[in-house]
Amino acid sequence: MSLELLVASTVGVLTAAGIYLCLRGRTFPVVLGLAMLSYATNVFLFSMGRLVVNQPPIFDKAMSDYTDPLPQALVLTAIVIAFGMTALVVVLALRTYLETGTDQVDGIPTPDERDEP
Amino acid sequence: MIAHLIAAPVLLPAVVAALIMLFRRRTLRIGRSVSLASCLALVVIAALLMREASNGTVVSYALGDWHAPFGIILVVDRLSAMMLLLTSVLSLIVLGHVVATDLDRRGWHFHSLFHFQLLGLNGAFLTGDIFNLFVFFEVLLIASYGLMLHGQGADRLKAGVQYVIINLVGSTLFLIGIGILYGVTGTLNLADMAIRVPELPASDLGLLQAGALLLISVFALKAALLPLHLWLPRTYANAAPAVAALFAIMTKVGVYSIIRVVTLVFGAAAGSAAWAPAPWLLPAALLTTVIGFLGLIASRGLRELAAFALIGSTGTLLIAVTLFDTNAMAAALYYLPHTTIAAATLFLVTDLIIKRRDGGDRLIVGQRFAGSEPLSLLFILGAVALVGLPPLSGFIGKLLILEAAMPFASAPWVWATILITTFIGIVGLARAGSTLFWKPAAVGGEPNPPARAKRPAEFAAPALLLALLAALTLLAGPATSYAEAAAVQLFDPAAYVDSVLGGGG
Repeated sequence: MSLELLVASTVGVLTAAGIYLCLRGRTFPVVLGLAMLSYATNVFLFSMGRLVVNQPPIFDKAMSDYTDPLPQALVLTAIVIAFGMTALVVVLALRTYLETGTDQVDGIPTPDERDEP
Repeated sequence: MIAHLIAAPVLLPAVVAALIMLFRRRTLRIGRSVSLASCLALVVIAALLMREASNGTVVSYALGDWHAPFGIILVVDRLSAMMLLLTSVLSLIVLGHVVATDLDRRGWHFHSLFHFQLLGLNGAFLTGDIFNLFVFFEVLLIASYGLMLHGQGADRLKAGVQYVIINLVGSTLFLIGIGILYGVTGTLNLADMAIRVPELPASDLGLLQAGALLLISVFALKAALLPLHLWLPRTYANAAPAVAALFAIMTKVGVYSIIRVVTLVFGAAAGSAAWAPAPWLLPAALLTTVIGFLGLIASRGLRELAAFALIGSTGTLLIAVTLFDTNAMAAALYYLPHTTIAAATLFLVTDLIIKRRDGGDRLIVGQRFAGSEPLSLLFILGAVALVGLPPLSGFIGKLLILEAAMPFASAPWVWATILITTFIGIVGLARAGSTLFWKPAAVGGEPNPPARAKRPAEFAAPALLLALLAALTLLAGPATSYAEAAAVQLFDPAAYVDSVLGGGG
């Protein structure tokens, strides 16, 4: 199995799972979905510098083969931002749950939740 | 000296935002002074940059002296300078309103968040690099989450969760779009990309267009273009109105990004990829205008009313932008400051009305309230400005847009949409005005003066914004010639590319 197929299908599966989870009604699956989407994006960004195996990420005149270092820098930035954002959403979701008593995204409790004390 | 000044609109808010964290509760007075002083300094810096840009030079600044296309580049041309000035003036007045109404006492770190927001906005208007555009978008979004939730409350939190989630999905799409464009062109610098796009082999065209459309859809999300506008009314109607007034500039960040990326990278020189997103954008802009102004009639709350007014007027702006023509762009660039200021005025007036009425935000007939006379005057002037009736500048702006749309095949659609939505807007705002100010007279009873009635300073900010609109009307000559020059500069990106790749300042 080629590396390209493996990476491409990973991105595809992660994105599909992410979109499905993002469309759920409760905040917890949505947060997981956002995390999946950001993983998919990170892997995708990596592959944008073309897939190269076992080469250094530096450019030098003496070097004939190297891997593109820029996507790696981009992915690092994207990971940091996605990480911070996930933390923010979790805190926000918790706070909303405590204030409204439901973790539905639209804030309207489902019938079974309403019965709970 | 002037070359280094370009970095100031990014650096100053960053430093001040961190500094202001020191001043809380007891020393809030010092924090406020620092905050206001920094906003004033930003106005001065923006005015200096605008004077520099107004003679047509494009000045670029390589941060850390790492030159393009490898380093991070800040670029000032006429459009950027105009956006900087608009942002700084609007933020100064909104901040004055926040201080006058004590909004910053209702939560923590308001001034820090406010300055981080300015950092993101100014950065987005200055950067010449698409990945940095993403980073500045994130900065302004993170700050906007904090500002939107300022003051808290269950409704605000519920709307906040949705706002954060939809923008996170938007950021993901932004990254994928950037990834595709980088994979195809091998660069992130916008000017460099503008050179490489025409040279691409035909086999890459599909990917290039997919990347372009992904990026544009993210910008459209920020600009609240039709199918992607649903987040805006709920978010802005639940944020504090003064914060929503600042957010009026956020939709313009989306509009600015559309203008910048399409004219620079996918402009006339782009070969077979030229104007790739344009056919999709014009119908969406027309429908956005219709939905926005129809929302004025349908809205049940005052803040919702102002939010729909913002969508409608941004839609009108986007109609002119998405014709992608020099004259139409000039009209759009004249209309842009007008619509931002008019929408902000409406939010600030809404804020003052809600604070005084017993009915609060809901559009129902309530008792008469103290201060309704000056407020009704401010409301009608704001409404006149927003829908674009004479004598204020919206009328000139809409007239210019209609005139510029004449030679196009889509002219009947543009004319019909703008004229009919203007009428719908008048009806919607007149309904709101009579509910607020006239019908309470029939209810009778003494006006109930709340404790905060005697605070004339609160009226200063909306009055100042209206004065700005009057100035924009009186100075329509110089303003339109600046807008025309900016549009010509946008449609001839050679100077921009030269300035960035030729080493710059």
